[in-house]
This record gives sequence, structure tokens and C-alpha cells, in this order.
Amino acid sequence: MRRKLSKAKFGVIVFPGSNCDHDAYHSLKHLLCQDTKFLWHKESSIGDRNVIIVPGGFSYGDYLRCGAIARFSNIMKDVVRHANEGGTVIGICNGFQILCEAGLLPGALIRNINLKFVCKNVPLTIENKKNIFTALYNGTKEISLPVAHAEGNYLCDEDTLKSLEDYEQIVFRYKDNPNGSMANIAGIMNKKGNVLGMMPHPERACEEIVRGTDGRKLFESVIQSLN
Amino acid sequence: MSDPIVNLDLARELGLQEDEYNRILELLGRTPTYTELGIFSVMWSEHCSYKNSILQIKTLPRSGGRLLVSAGEENAGLVDIGDGLAVAFKIESHNHPSAVEPYQGAATGVGGILRDIFTMGARPIAALNSLRFGNITPIGDNGSSDGKLERTKYLFKNVVKGIGDYGNCFGVPTVSGEIYFDESYTDNPLVNAMAVGIVEIGEVASATAKGEGNPVFIVGSSTGRDGIHGATFASEEISEKSESKRPSVQVGDPFTEKLLLEASIELIKSGVVVGMQDMGAAGITCSTSEMSAKGKSGMKINLDLVPVREEKMSAYEIMLSESQERMLVVIEKGKEDIAFDIFKKWDLHCVEVGEVINDTNIKITYKGKQEADVPADPLVLGGGAPVYVREAKEPAYLKDIKNIDYNSLKEPEDLNEILIRLLSSPNITNKKWVYEQYDTQVRTNTVILPGGDASVVRVKGTNKALSMKTDCNGRYVYLNPYKGGLIAVCESARNVVCTGAEPLAITNCLNFGNPYKPEVYYQFKEAIRGIGDACRTLDTPVTGGNVSFYNESPDYAVYPTPVIGMMGLIEDVKHLTTSYFKDEGDVIALIGKDVKEFDGLGGSEFIKLIHGKVAGDAPDIDPSYENRLYDATLEMIKAGFIKSAHDISDGGFAVALAESCLMNRNNPVGCSVNINYNTRKDFELFNEAQSRIIISLRKEDEDKCREICTKHEIGFENIGNIGGDKLMINKDINLNLETLIDAYYNSIQRIMETNESKIN
Repeated sequence: MRRKLSKAKFGVIVFPGSNCDHDAYHSLKHLLCQDTKFLWHKESSIGDRNVIIVPGGFSYGDYLRCGAIARFSNIMKDVVRHANEGGTVIGICNGFQILCEAGLLPGALIRNINLKFVCKNVPLTIENKKNIFTALYNGTKEISLPVAHAEGNYLCDEDTLKSLEDYEQIVFRYKDNPNGSMANIAGIMNKKGNVLGMMPHPERACEEIVRGTDGRKLFESVIQSLN
Repeated sequence: MSDPIVNLDLARELGLQEDEYNRILELLGRTPTYTELGIFSVMWSEHCSYKNSILQIKTLPRSGGRLLVSAGEENAGLVDIGDGLAVAFKIESHNHPSAVEPYQGAATGVGGILRDIFTMGARPIAALNSLRFGNITPIGDNGSSDGKLERTKYLFKNVVKGIGDYGNCFGVPTVSGEIYFDESYTDNPLVNAMAVGIVEIGEVASATAKGEGNPVFIVGSSTGRDGIHGATFASEEISEKSESKRPSVQVGDPFTEKLLLEASIELIKSGVVVGMQDMGAAGITCSTSEMSAKGKSGMKINLDLVPVREEKMSAYEIMLSESQERMLVVIEKGKEDIAFDIFKKWDLHCVEVGEVINDTNIKITYKGKQEADVPADPLVLGGGAPVYVREAKEPAYLKDIKNIDYNSLKEPEDLNEILIRLLSSPNITNKKWVYEQYDTQVRTNTVILPGGDASVVRVKGTNKALSMKTDCNGRYVYLNPYKGGLIAVCESARNVVCTGAEPLAITNCLNFGNPYKPEVYYQFKEAIRGIGDACRTLDTPVTGGNVSFYNESPDYAVYPTPVIGMMGLIEDVKHLTTSYFKDEGDVIALIGKDVKEFDGLGGSEFIKLIHGKVAGDAPDIDPSYENRLYDATLEMIKAGFIKSAHDISDGGFAVALAESCLMNRNNPVGCSVNINYNTRKDFELFNEAQSRIIISLRKEDEDKCREICTKHEIGFENIGNIGGDKLMINKDINLNLETLIDAYYNSIQRIMETNESKIN
């Protein structure tokens, strides 16, 4: 079956130490058949890419604080510009941490409450479906996605949390909180609704043989929003 | 500070023996410099030279099958998997470093084995491990005092963290492993790490140095004082002094390793690499001498050019440092710029430190002085490194230990309680507390996660998948080294067969005590004989591996533990088979051999846990029967008849059946079975007799399955059906799933986290 030409042009950022860059690339390029390119951290422009994926991994080793160095990389200046102009940005896992460090999303991600790395599939509720990331999850209450992180414990001040709730910026919540996240937050977006950060990995759940397909609709929603 | 005076006493201090020191004098025709003595001492250490093991290792089948590179020829063996691809895999020990510094010891064990794989040009696709610790619950006679328990928990926790942190950051999924707890490992834990990589045939880099004038580069990290004499430390027993060897333990940097991986693979693909070898044990010394010896060349190295991270390092220290994340690369002359550009892109050192020369010697200069001028060939394994025949003597304990009167063991009244105790035993219970700390999924290839018989990683771009497992029951090897060796191979093969894979080849990590003790050497020799016989029958050659001797503390040696890393190939992922029961109403069948009375009791977890004994003989095993069992199982799988397959091993039939009910954590299902008791009920339910698999199938496929099993001359017995929310065996076991789940999934967490302060 031929797909109609998609207007989405995905750019997957590669920092030294990114390691889910290939997970995202594989899912977008080979499973969702989208125009997808890697963007090297030393580049200063995202070029013609209109959806930016900030992938998981350990950017620059993350020996300091997750994402603390990545936010200063060359490419991130242009990602921030893109986001401020309303462009779509998705940060997954380390990408979420980087977007918080870069100020594109509020709050921070600290060490998991039990101080251990955790990798398993977790059930999530979709809290908001009126946005470009989850529109196609209509009729789905709960999905299951893998998490794999040591610093996924979302933290922000009371006012920020209230604001996140008021503006319906909380997109995903854990049903069974694996890391101590405040208000069971697994993923949030900015007020404008064009920047998403989430700890679970939708790009690792796009084909039946590997952890199911619950992540696919997230990317399909984004693709639809651009077409 | 000037170098110490070189004499026999100093040589002894560095681990060399008198005759070895005399050979050095003879080889050089003079007294060696301090640096040269250091070079000989590490290269001739057990760890690098395999001097006491190589004669035995050579008896293993090391070619044939789909093997492309024979064992020992390169950093890791290579096996053809079709589609123009080969799989490279190897297992290695990092026991002694982990005994004194568990976190870094385990982490750098993972780092070292990953480098062995990608130095060949193969991208790592999976990491595995095999771990042994003392007891973490009070059981047995020694090693169970509170202090020991806490120490063991500390080792366990930090080894797991070290493995996780390194692999997670590097970006390789840690997909499988095995962990046993026994008092024999209390002071000397075993930490064996295995890595698996995929490479296109034709893009494999070799560990060789040739072509006069070709430049030699050091790439990756800078060189520090960490890990000096690590190889020598690995070649002596653990003692009270071992704590002082902490500085011999290297420090890992998985981020740099990740960069080194990407840069190395780009470099190899660019076509400018003549040869490449990672720096593991004995650092620059080992890589320069092994590459030179292999390429029948010499090498001139100027240590002033080596990037160092500490001031005032001596030539001796630079040569012997085991700083991690470094490679030695020989590049085609004139193409240096290509290498510089690639390493600049990844922000890594890439420094020309010397050149290949038309000579037999390695010539090392530092600060204008010739520090070493030694022939390469006599330094290396397979060249002139010492080779010893060691005396072997049957250990006295073997005779005494066989005497056990099973009938005198008190028959338990409540078999339900016994099953729960077995399912809660750290040796049997689910290890999710461990594997949930590993990123098991990165690179989206892991199609069967840890917790089943073997883990499976698909190969993108093909229909194929690789099934892999590490395995060894040290208790069996202790009771009967030969049979224990046979079983280690057969059981790991059975594990991959249960996932739908054809066993291809093995790697092994042979963990034993002091080889100078004839009784230890007997165990070693016999276990190898068993491994060799099994591998020949199963046609699974040995691609390579590692020997770790001196796993002893002042009080005792570890159980002889020859860990097998098995690689299996699934030709088409549609044949993937998992070990858990699926649908209510399906038939459960037990396939495999009839069990003779008392078979499988010796060395069983049941006899150890409930009766406190490690005695009797290891289970019986016949590799040719195993072959028929694999053929039948795979035929049924490929025909689409089998919905689940699970090997019966630790804990016996009842435990395996319970596991098949529970292993789909989110969707457990009960079952009801009836079996004939040919012996005491407890023996029947919990013996660990080999060559048996529990399968489930649709009712309508039963006759066809029976036919296939009959054709291959193996047993097939319909024992019951899947269904309900209880596990029921005859009238003797009747347990609801919730009780079983709690025992099976929460035991390790309970043990490890009871004393941790609650943070909530």
C-alpha cells in the first residue's frame, strides 16, 4: 500500500552519548515510512526539518546533571528557535530532561525515588487528547510503553504544577508510578502545545514483535497535524 | 624517582617464577630493564598467557560448523549467520576486580568485552552476564554470618549497578544472564560478562600490525595510573591483602566507550585500518606485542607521545596501565588524515605514537631513553609464552560425597510449602530486581526479554533472530566435573532450542581455583573434557572465551564454574517461542526422557535448600539424546504446533510448571496436571533430571506432536491442561496464582530492600 506523501520531515538529534537516536530513526523511517534524518549536535541549523526528536541516551555522558551540557550544544539554539516559532519538538527520556534544562518545558527530572535505573513496560493514562501528539488516541484510555531511566522523577513547584493542571499540559500519567514523579507525571507539553517531553519511549513501541504498537499513534498524530 | 633494581626477588614480587625469570635472561642475553620485567610479568601472567590452561583448551572443538574465525585467532570468534552477516561473541571474567571494587570491577568487565567485539568492526547488539555470589539469605554452614550476608548484598547490589550503568549508558541492551548464590562464592564472587555483535562479512578488522612504516595510533581515552598490574592481580588468589589492590581496578567511562565505538566503526568502514586491537589487560604492552606477533613485524613506540592524564608517569606505568576505553590502531601510511578527521568528529584522542618496523622486537623509548627492546613473539600466547603441563589428581571429596542415602531424607508433609520455598529461593526466583535495572530494550531488537529460557534479539534487515543464554550449574560440576561440563553445554543449548533456535556455537568462561593444586586441575581438565564432548555431539564449536584461575580465598575455592555462553539462530522470527502458557484449554505435555530413580537429586536446589546437602552425583546426561530432543522440539516449533516450551532445570518439574504459569507477568494462568509417581512424591516433583521440556499445544495438534516425538525416539506425555487460577499437580500441589506470584516475583526485592531506609 502506498502512503500519501507526508509533509512531516523528522530530524533526530544526535548528541555524543545519544543511544535511542537509532530507535527513533528506525521507527520513523522504516515503520512509519517518514522522511527522517539525523542532525549532528555540532550543526547550527535544523535545516528543512519540521519535527525535531530529541532522543534518549546519555548526552555528553550526563556525568554532571542530565541534559545540563546538551542544552548548550550548537544545534539546541536552533531547536529553541524552532520551538519558539511554534515548530514541533518531542523530547523522549534524556530528550525530556534536555528540554527542561533548555527551558522549553517547566520543571526538572531528578533521580528515581528508589535511586535505581528502571526498565520495564508501564501502563499510562492519556490525560489530554486535544493536542497534536495524542489526537489519534481517541477511544484509548490506557496505553503501555517502556520506560528506561534513572532520572525520571518529575519535580516542579506548586504553582507550576497548578498551572500544568489548569492549562491541561499534563499529557501522560503513570498508573503505577515507577520513579516517584510528582502527580504521577510521565509526560507534559508546553502551553502552546507544540513541545512535548515524556519519559516513556513511544519510539520503542511501534511494531508488534517489539513491545507492541502503543507508541505509533503518537507519531501518527504529529504526522496528521502537519498534513 | 628511579626504577628499582631488577633481580629475581623483584621478578618474584611481580608474579614471575624463577625459571621464568631465567628464561627472560636467556631470551634477552642480559638483565631486563624494570619496564621490560614489567612487560614480561604481565604477558606471562596466567591472565594473558593461559600458560596453565592452553593445552586443555586446545582439546575443545574450535572449528567447523558455521565458524568463520577459529578460536583464539582474533579478539572474538565469528559465526556466519547468512545474509552476508556474522555474529561475534565472547565472554570474559572480571572476578577479582569485582571482589574488591564491585561497581567499577563489573562496569569495566562489561566495557572490556564490548571493546573486544567492536574492535573487530562488529556493532554490539546485546550484553549478557553470569554472576555468582555468596548467600544473601541465612543458609548453609559458612558464609552466612550477618557480616558476610551484608557484604555479599553490597557486592551483589553494586555489581548489578556497575553492569547496568555501563551498558545502559553505552547503549547496548543487557538481555540475559544467570545468577547463583552459594557460600563457596562468598569471598570470591564471579562476574562474567558477555557481548554479542553483528558485522558484515568483509568488514571485519583484524588485530594485526604489518607493513613497514605504517603509523601506529593510540585512540580513545588518555592513559592514567589505574589498573596497573590488573592482569597480575587476576592471576593470584583473593586474600586479606586483596583490599590493597583496589588501585589495580580500572575505572570505567561508558560515555567515552560509546564514542570510541562509533569512531572505530567509522574508521573501519573508511578502509584505512591495517589492524586494530583494544587495550584490555596489560594495556599498551599487550596490544603492541600481540599485534606485532600476529603480523610478524616489530613496532617502535615513543611513550612521550602517549596522551596521559597524570603527571610524571614512568615508562613502566604507561606500558602497564589498564586505563579503559583505548585502542591501538595501525593505519595505512598516507591516510592518517582520514583517521584524524573521524576522531576529531567524535572529540577523541587520535595520536600517532610510533610505526611498524621490519623487525621482531618492540622498541619502546621514553624521554630519550630506550626503555624496552623485547621480541614480540616470546611474549604472546601461541608464540613463546610459557606453556605448562599441570598435575591433575582426583579430589578426595569426590568419593565421599557420592554417598548419600536419599531414602533416609525425611519426606516433607506439605509439598505446597516446599514449592513456595523453592520459588522464593534466590537461585530460582525471578530476577526482575536485577534485570529491571538494565536497559533490556535499547535499539529495539529485543524480542524476548529476560526471565524466560533464553533471550532473543532480532537482526534488523533480515527475518532472523539470535537466541542467547549463559549457563552453568557449579554444584553439578563440583559433584562430577565431567558431567557438569556436559550439562552446562546441553542445558544452554536446550534453553535456546526452547525459543525456536538452532544451537550454533558457544563461548566459555572457565572459572576455577588455583591450577597449581592438582585437585583443582582435575576439575578443570574433566570439565573441559565434558564441554568438548558435548560440543562435538551437538556440533556447537567453541568460538573462544576466557580462563579465570585462582578463584580462591584462604578458606576454600569456588565451585568449579565453567560458564557457557550459547548462541542460537532462529531462521525466521515467526518461529519465536516463549516459555509461558497462553490459552485456557491448551494441552500441557512433558517431552523428553524417563527419569530413573534418584536421577537429578544430586546437586539439586531441593536437596540443598530443604535438606542442607550438596551431595550425590550430578544428573545423568546423554548429549546424543539431547540432540534428538532438540530436533523434535524444533520440528514441532517450525510446524507451528508448540505454543510454549520451557526447559526443566533448577527446582525440577514443579518449579518449571509454575514458571510456565507465571512467566507472563501481566497475564498469568493456572493449570491442572496429573503425573505418575514412580518414586517418592517429593523426589518426583523436585528432581533436576535433564533432557525434559514442558510444552503446551492446541488439543488438535497433540497426535501430530506425539508422532514427531516418537519419530525422534523421545517421550511425549499429555499431563494436563491450562486453565483456572490455580496450579494443581495431582492432589499434592494446590496453590493459587497470587501466592505463587508473590513468591516468584518479590523475593529478591524483599531480601535486598528490607534494611534500606524507606524514602517515601
